[in-house]
Amino acid sequence: MSASDTRHPLFVPLIAVGGSLFGFGLAYSGMARPEIVLDFLQLEDLGLLFVMGGAAAVTGTVITLAMRHLDRAPLTGDPYGKRERSFDRSVLLGGAVFGVGWGISGLCPGSAYASLGIGNYPILLGIAGMFLGAYAQGYWRAYRQETDRTVTPSD
Amino acid sequence: MIEQFDVLTVIGQASLAGLFPRGIGQYAIGGVLIGLGVSIIYLGTAITPGASTFFESTLSYVSTIPRFNRAKYLATRDWRLVFTLSMVAGAAVYALLFGQGGWTTDVQPWRLLGGGVLVGVGTRIGKGCTSGHGINGLASLSRTSFANVATFMAVAIGAALSMQAIGVTP
Repeated sequence: MSASDTRHPLFVPLIAVGGSLFGFGLAYSGMARPEIVLDFLQLEDLGLLFVMGGAAAVTGTVITLAMRHLDRAPLTGDPYGKRERSFDRSVLLGGAVFGVGWGISGLCPGSAYASLGIGNYPILLGIAGMFLGAYAQGYWRAYRQETDRTVTPSD
Repeated sequence: MIEQFDVLTVIGQASLAGLFPRGIGQYAIGGVLIGLGVSIIYLGTAITPGASTFFESTLSYVSTIPRFNRAKYLATRDWRLVFTLSMVAGAAVYALLFGQGGWTTDVQPWRLLGGGVLVGVGTRIGKGCTSGHGINGLASLSRTSFANVATFMAVAIGAALSMQAIGVTP
């Protein structure tokens, strides 16, 4: 792949700075502690609303201003845009499955990485589970696509 | 009037303390820092980084299944690895500065593993997680993301309350 050869030299350093701030913020906010997330989901401490709300408000402001006033991103040359995913039933189904998992464990991907950073090694079980789940989902989808193709070659 | 005002103040403070027993400072500040981290990456690259695509993009290193080896994963897997490791590092800095050097969870192993599997499946079916949909998607005012977030919030609250009701602690 030539993507990394042609990439701006500051691209990876910027990702590292942004990711570090993201991880620091997750730890600062308590999201890295499943107990605090579970307190929120059990409606005993609604503070996490301010985490998601604060993060979305800052990011939303930046996205809006960048789209309105800036041209292209300096490190990639790409135009600024929104995060858009097409809506279908899988958005709701996936949200529901994720919700059960989040409610059981108090873990989501970002918070799990941050949790590892604060020394919470038992979280490796959760991260292993996430990889297992993602692999199973991908494997199943690949298998189903294969079967579909033999049944309906016009697809 | 003054008495009425006092009563309202007391009720207000009581319910506020009840809903936010740890206050809101750490949550709001943490949220702003998370937003700044995402914003820095967005301003530099126009990328809205999610945390869960990391699973597929990283699986492309070890799996030959074409699904994990699509161009979009191959092209992003190296920076997604950097992104994730830097999140670990950023949290470690927090632990060293403010967290008394670290902390582990008492949540039972089966909850971590079982919940993790469902999180892995669900974020991949639903096209994102609390970062992708919950931060970038909401920030983009994406209806898809609002639908996803509303669904996982409601279901997660139901699941967590159910766990509590059947006496699973922690």
